[in-house]
Amino acid sequence: MTLLDVENLWVKFPTRQGIFDAVRGVSFTLGRERLGIVGESGSGKSMTGRAILRLIRPPGIVTADHITLEGQDLMTLSERDMRDVRGQKISMVMQDPKFSLNPVMTIGDQIIEAYRLHSKSTKAQAYDKAIAMLEAVAIRDAARVMRAYPHEMSGGMGQRIMIAMMLIPNPKILIADEPTSALDVSVQRQVLSIMDKLVTERGMGLIFISHDLNLVSEFCDRVLIMYAGRIVEVCDAANLHEAQHPYTRGLLNSLPRLDAPRKRLEVLKRDPAWSEAPSVGGRQ
Amino acid sequence: MTFGSVTVTMLGLLFVTFIIGRVMPIDPVLSIVGERASKSTYDAVYNQLGLDKPLLVQFFYYIWDVLHGDFGTSLLNARPVADDIRRVFPATLELASLGVLFGIVLGVPLGVIAAVRRGSWIDQIARVVALVGYSMPIFWLGLMGLLVFYGILGWVGGPGRVGIFYVDVVPSVTGMILIDSIIDGNWTVFKDAFSHIILPASLLGYYSLAYVSRMTRSFMLEQLSAEYITTARVKGMSERAVIWRHAFRNIRVQLITVIALSYANLLEGSVLTEIIFSWPGIGSYITTALLSADMNAVLGGTVVVGLIFILLNIFSDLLYRVFDPRAK
Repeated sequence: MTLLDVENLWVKFPTRQGIFDAVRGVSFTLGRERLGIVGESGSGKSMTGRAILRLIRPPGIVTADHITLEGQDLMTLSERDMRDVRGQKISMVMQDPKFSLNPVMTIGDQIIEAYRLHSKSTKAQAYDKAIAMLEAVAIRDAARVMRAYPHEMSGGMGQRIMIAMMLIPNPKILIADEPTSALDVSVQRQVLSIMDKLVTERGMGLIFISHDLNLVSEFCDRVLIMYAGRIVEVCDAANLHEAQHPYTRGLLNSLPRLDAPRKRLEVLKRDPAWSEAPSVGGRQ
Repeated sequence: MTFGSVTVTMLGLLFVTFIIGRVMPIDPVLSIVGERASKSTYDAVYNQLGLDKPLLVQFFYYIWDVLHGDFGTSLLNARPVADDIRRVFPATLELASLGVLFGIVLGVPLGVIAAVRRGSWIDQIARVVALVGYSMPIFWLGLMGLLVFYGILGWVGGPGRVGIFYVDVVPSVTGMILIDSIIDGNWTVFKDAFSHIILPASLLGYYSLAYVSRMTRSFMLEQLSAEYITTARVKGMSERAVIWRHAFRNIRVQLITVIALSYANLLEGSVLTEIIFSWPGIGSYITTALLSADMNAVLGGTVVVGLIFILLNIFSDLLYRVFDPRAK
């Protein structure tokens, strides 16, 4: 079942040198699956995620033929209606909890706020719900954490709190924008598995944005590979090693492998033709 | 600021004022006894002032006196300096408080709006308003204000704190006429005092506004580009809640510093404003004392101004701890 259908999405930024196209005509669908978007810095993967939530601020411009969520075109919604979509239907976890949590508000206030924005509930109900949610992301001593401030938390805890906060209104889709890049390797897996468990339990769609090919191929069902604002290749995560596009191949070959050590790793050679070729459709 | 560092700062301030008093080429004995006094009179006063003691001992005497609220006697009117300051300071306090209130009430929202609507016409207007506030000499604005609003339009009272018929009508409790007249229930005096203070206070408020609004704008711009603002938007919050509930909360600490600084600036007594509006505040008091080489009055005034700076610093430090959980 298709949750989200994106058709011909463009994100443009006017600059002194003319218009810069960060995302150039991207189309894909998302079902109840884990969809990975991979690409190097500046490939437009984060912009794609933010454009879906219509978070690109002026002077940035977003155009699309349609971004359909449950039969509703997000592009035609008013800002007020869009606020009901954000959080409640589509949510997003960002890279670094150090920056994505408000430093002067208690964690409890921030989670309760996320819940109460979309539900008519008393403070006490919201508090209980927030405690339950914190426990769901494996946070011990949730009552104490509720009173704490973000700077008192470790990175891994921060990111789990972030996940709790973003999932508490029970959205249909979660966009995870490099959710583990700022974390220690040792806690990356833990955070990922918690996120995976919750997303699967709730039958949500997940857009997992990352530059880590290995992580994506293990964690996701399907992968979009982006280059210069376009999707250059779509494949099943399990078959990523059979990818055809020279860019994907180049990325794969430039990774060191424990089972096949090499003296020199391949350097990615970029072909200007890649950025000119039309975007591959990411539909299922 | 801890108690210890306050003490050290205070001691440093007293040390500086003490040294200034000693190195000034003004003979304190001569200015008391006059040039034609006999040698014996001169010596008697010299000893009475403790000037025959070693410098260090004199310094301790000085500290002892200041701690007891004794700043010596004014050479101009032979009254204790402390009494004079007690009389002029409330006038400055009243004016500065109203001024900074203007600055906060108008400057903070203006700065926030300018940051939120960056580059819009409202931002441009805020920029021009602040620029004019920064660059117009206050004596010119003050005179123009008096000319237009007092001289031509007659909307406000002229120079001075109250009209001549209302001087000393209400009993002085706080020394601030607005408050004293409220305590006394004398609304005629209140109205008159208000019509006198409104122009100089708006003028000072304008300068405060220029500073406060610019700083608010830049603090807000910094916060609005922060990632937690995106988080708040992702939650589905309204833009107004994002700005005031999330971004504004994070600039409160910085804003307190700016406002405290602005307030301290006004409390020092804005000499030019006080002179133009014949405002009997601490600024014009110190200026008059300086011009007549009344060192006790100058140093007493300086110590009080320094003390205000230190107190405001302590106050803003205390507020930090309330507003920023990381400062604990």
